[in-house]
Parts: sequence; structure tokens; C-alpha cells
Amino acid sequence: MTPGEPLIRWDWIVRNLDVIGQRVGEHLVLTGLAVGIGFVISFVLSIWIARKPRLYALVTWITGILYTIPSLALFALLIPVTGLSLLTAEIGLVGYTLLILIRNIVGGIRSVPADVREAAIGMGYTERQLLWRVELPLALSVIIAGVRVATVTTIGLTTVTALIGQGGLGYFILEGIQRFFSTPLIVGATLSVLLAVLVDAALVLLQRQLTPWARATS
Amino acid sequence: MGFLGQVGAWLSNPSRWQGVDGIPNRVGEHLFLSGLAVGIAILIALPLGVLLGHTGRGGFAAINVANMGRALPSMALLAFALPLAFSLGLGLGFWPTLLAMIPLAVPPILTNSFVAVREVDRDVLEAARGMGFREWHVLSEVELPLAAPLIIVGVRNAAVAVVATATLGALVAGGGLGRYIIDGLALQEYERLVVGAILVALLAVAVELAFGIVERLAVSTGARADSAQRDAPETASPR
Repeated sequence: MTPGEPLIRWDWIVRNLDVIGQRVGEHLVLTGLAVGIGFVISFVLSIWIARKPRLYALVTWITGILYTIPSLALFALLIPVTGLSLLTAEIGLVGYTLLILIRNIVGGIRSVPADVREAAIGMGYTERQLLWRVELPLALSVIIAGVRVATVTTIGLTTVTALIGQGGLGYFILEGIQRFFSTPLIVGATLSVLLAVLVDAALVLLQRQLTPWARATS
Repeated sequence: MGFLGQVGAWLSNPSRWQGVDGIPNRVGEHLFLSGLAVGIAILIALPLGVLLGHTGRGGFAAINVANMGRALPSMALLAFALPLAFSLGLGLGFWPTLLAMIPLAVPPILTNSFVAVREVDRDVLEAARGMGFREWHVLSEVELPLAAPLIIVGVRNAAVAVVATATLGALVAGGGLGRYIIDGLALQEYERLVVGAILVALLAVAVELAFGIVERLAVSTGARADSAQRDAPETASPR
């Protein structure tokens, strides 16, 4: 950004390809951990509260407030407790996945038509069989839609975790700001957007693979 | 003295309450920048969304803008805005932050105003036209009042995202409450860090709650009776 300096210095990109690869890897690991842990927590909670409307309202209220808190503030609140650590980053990132995932898992389970449930019960399905063989398969496309939103959101938020020393593509953005150098700024920003788009497309493919019956109707 | 005591002592220092780096000034900067960004976004997105919704055109684009908006991280927008602001000679701080916020605030308002107007019951519109309403009056007297709550949800989502992104503005030498967090991190002064974080969190939650109240008040008396709650398209994302 100094006068005469080009917006993008391609030689910098070529020289730093290995670091760029490393930061992309870190970004994917941070995101994958958050969505994975968030999914396990949300899945267990959702199955427990899917048919308990008051408990569901309480859980979505609490996770909704968490969802509203700006990420930088949430990380900053955790730092005196858990330090500049991976734990701080993941507590925050996992926290932000919960609302979307719980809403979609519960919504998916509840959207199974009563007729279908009754038919299964009439055929002698136990509660557990009903859940695993009927409700969850039918809820799958809604659940994966939630995973997509949670993943894209987390990829965006992971750019902030560079501020607490956890790497990822936000590192290039911070480097660009500190050195007043536009190339890493644009590399970090472009790759984080690209990563979100590519991972989202991959999840769409996964959804098609897992729910072949939805293809005929959609 | 525990950490809370230290925070209390930090807060009780009179210098925290006056001057450029005082809490009142930082809250003011934060609100001014956020309000300006939301205001500009409303001017851009609301007429466009309402027009597209009224004519029923461009629906695919209006919906997809929201999904694109989600994939644009605030940090990335800030990173793009910084060289842009600099090449335009606008300098650091205020302008790059404002430029980063507008593409963030436009999508939720555009999508929600489109969907809100589009989803007004066609029969109601036919009835209004049958009663002799001009097209302009159909829009202003029927569609907009019925669409208002959902439009306000869009503005709320934009406002919450903008308040969060204003915090990141401190990274590019902007003012606002993010100053305390960024400076607290740099100085390892945890009192400053935590006070900043609590104020930002409170501000975001307050904005959310305030718009919730406005949204409820905006439901027109005629629409309140059938209280058919329409689900807002999911466009909010944590920032």
C-alpha cells in the first residue's frame, strides 16, 4: 500500500506457497474440530430436547444470545480464563455452531410427518428404532443444511482466531495490516472466501450422496 | 484482590470516563459508525428489495445475495476494504471499517425486504386492487405494513453484524469499543480487555433486544389477529 507498490506481488505468493498451504491446513483443522465437536454436542442435546418444547425454547434462547455476541468479544472474555490457546478458540467456535445445528436437527426430526411415525410404531418399531431408522434418515437433508451453514460461518469466524495466536488464514490478514502490505491481506481474504465456497459445495455433494431419494423431487 | 476487583478498580479510575479513550466516547464512536453503516445499507437495500418483491422479479438473485453475504467473513471484508480505502486516499480507521460494513449489512436487509413483500398474501393484494387502490397505495398501505416486521428482522440482523464488525475496526486503527480489546491484548492488560469485551457483548445483545421490541410494535393491528408467524429467512451470522 506504499506508493508504487503493486496491489498483489505474485512473487511473494510464489515464495510463500508452503506457508499458505500450512495456514489453509490450520484453518481447515480449526473449522473441522469446531463443527465436529459442535455437531456431537448439538446432536445429543437435540435428541434429548426434540420433544420437549419448553426445554428446546430455553436451549435456543441461551444459544441465541451466545450467537449474538461478537466473536472478538467472546474470545476476549475467555482469554483471562483459558489464555491465548486452542481451547479458547474452540470454545468460541463450537459455541457459535450450536444454535444453527440444534435448530436444524430438532427441526428435521419434528418435520417427519405424524403418519410416517405412526406407521413405524404400528409396525412395531421401538422408540430407538423409530429415531435411527425413520426420523433421522428423513431429517438428514435438513441436518446437512444446518451443517453447511455452521461450516461456512465457522470458516469465517476462524479468520478471527489468528488474533489469539491460533494461525489459520486470518494470520495473513493480520500480517498485512501490521506490515501495511496488501498482498497477504488479499491472499488471506480471498482464500477464506474461496474455502467457504468450496467446502459448501463439497457438503452439497455429500448431501446428494447421502439422500439419493431427495434427488428425484428436488 | 481478585480479578473482578481489579476490573472494578480499572473502571473507577476517572480517566476511563473522559477524553478520546473514555468509555462514553468509545461507545459513541461505536454507535455512530454502526448506525451510519446500517443507515447507508437501508438506503441501498430497502428500496431495491421492496421493488423486487413488489414486481416479483429477481427473486433468485435477492435470495442468493444473502447466502453470499454469509460466506464473506468480516475479517476478509476488512482486508479488502483497507487497500481500497487507502488507494482512494481515505486513510485508516473510520473509512475502511465503514467500507467493510456496507457489503455485510446490505444482504440481510435486501433478502428480508424482498421475501417480506413477496410473501404478502396475493388475495389481500387483489382485494385492495378490487377496492380501487392504486398500485402505489397497494404498496404503501398494504404490502409495506404487512411486510414491516420481517423487514425489521433484516435490519436487526444487519445491525448485529455491523456492531460486531465495528469491533474489528480497531485492528485498522479505528475507534469504538474494539479499541479496548485490541489494546488490552497488545498491552496484556486483561482489565481493559474484559471491560471492552463485556461492553461489546452488551451492546450487541441490547441492539438485538431493541429491534425485537420494534419488530413487535411494527406488526399492524390488522395482522395481529391472525398472528401467522412467518419464519424469517436465516440470514444472520455471528461475526
